[in-house]
Amino acid sequence: MKERVKSLFRYKNLLSQLVSRDIKLKYRRSFLGYVWSVLNPLLTMAVMTVVFSQMFKRNVENYPVFLLSGNILYSFLRESTMHGISSITGNAALLKKTYVPKYIFTLSKVTSDLVNLGFSFCALLVVMLVTGVQFSWNIFLCIIPVLELYVFCVGLSLFLAQAAVFFRDVQYIWNPIVLAWMYLTPIIYPLDALPGKLAWLVSKLNPLYYYLESFRDTVMYAQPPEWLLVWRGALIAVLMLIIGLWSFARTKDKFILHI
Amino acid sequence: MSGNDTVVKVDHATVRFNMASVKVDNLKEYAIRLIKRQLMFKEFLALQDVSLEVKKGEAWGIMGRNGSGKSTLLKLICGILSPYKGTVKVNGTIAPLIELGAGFDGELNATENIFLNGALLGYSKKFMESKFDEIVEFAELRDFLEVPVKNYSSGMRARLGFAVATTVRPQLLVVDEVLAVGDYAFQQKCEARMKDMLAKGTTLLYVSHSANSVKNLCQKALWIDKGKEVMHGDVQTVCSAYMASMQKK
Repeated sequence: MKERVKSLFRYKNLLSQLVSRDIKLKYRRSFLGYVWSVLNPLLTMAVMTVVFSQMFKRNVENYPVFLLSGNILYSFLRESTMHGISSITGNAALLKKTYVPKYIFTLSKVTSDLVNLGFSFCALLVVMLVTGVQFSWNIFLCIIPVLELYVFCVGLSLFLAQAAVFFRDVQYIWNPIVLAWMYLTPIIYPLDALPGKLAWLVSKLNPLYYYLESFRDTVMYAQPPEWLLVWRGALIAVLMLIIGLWSFARTKDKFILHI
Repeated sequence: MSGNDTVVKVDHATVRFNMASVKVDNLKEYAIRLIKRQLMFKEFLALQDVSLEVKKGEAWGIMGRNGSGKSTLLKLICGILSPYKGTVKVNGTIAPLIELGAGFDGELNATENIFLNGALLGYSKKFMESKFDEIVEFAELRDFLEVPVKNYSSGMRARLGFAVATTVRPQLLVVDEVLAVGDYAFQQKCEARMKDMLAKGTTLLYVSHSANSVKNLCQKALWIDKGKEVMHGDVQTVCSAYMASMQKK
């Protein structure tokens, strides 16, 4: 265990190089470059607001911020797991020819997407300023649910990445699963728009709901998060990380024969 | 015997590959094959019971025909593969040159790739900055630093890869038939660089089909054929036996 932590420290430079590569290459040769990272969530939000605000007008105040805050967290979950799944199979050439701890590739993908979440957060701040949301110091507490979600996504991506090495089907089946996940999370609709039983299930069993609810409390409603949700979220995140690390460690030596 | 001066110790190592004619990598096929009981794979032993002990400062040439397991042995030593049976122990830092420029990202330019490749070998950014000019000088690519590596010729990639891997001064240098793409002058330069490193105490594992180049650089040699050791020992003896057997074929 101590050795593992040591090796992570030794390769922290590689991690930062891989992350900066992803970020540099993402918008290379596009005219607006990094501006897209802020502009993209804004445009998506504009479209979705026009479409959905008619449906939920009666019970959501400040729908644009409600929607955007949900959407940036969900986008992070979707992008990071999608990138994470192919992080091992996509780096096959490298893994066959040089020795580095394999989890670095998965970790770096999720971390690049976390940086991207930072850009999206700027977009959220812009919308909050424009729509006149009340700011408070509590907004800094939003770092807690974001970090929990990050840990959760690292664990989930590690699990998916190792599974995808042996069964490429995982990449394709994940797409509809993550779409279903979106509709089962109160992103475009408020929780109370769901029928009672379903609302109970979503609020208890969907980990993304914990993170999103805490995030919205701190950012949008200027209040501290509900600590029970924070603890539950932390528990699930750590549990997911353990599952991810365990499954990854169990199979990593066989990757080379399957990529 | 094997004190601190042993850099690489491969002990009766066997490497097994799955040579199944069809690769099963989706669930449907897996289930079908599970039911039909066709999951049993055809095993292929790329290396069988090979042992090798390399001491600090030694230079070993590894010889054999195509597909005899030379690269497999190097990958085993670099930690890319793990042995099916037996053990492998390595002391010290390795710079693996299984393929020059394996760690390059075609979209990035040379400067960015030098830092990425250095990071893959486990070096810090600061260290790479201090070595940067030396690397560019050796690769003779100063005019092409801003060009994405995907537009490089294979010779240019090889230069850059070799320059990065040797400038960082690893304790163990593993070179796998990578100099063939460089021009004559560059090959000479690389051999000179490797000799210089050997003089400073670096250990070398060298795969090449050119017996002259092996004789020139190494004191010892290992000859493997079809995954089994045929002979090991002094470079002259092994090389002449190897060449003699090649001539017969």
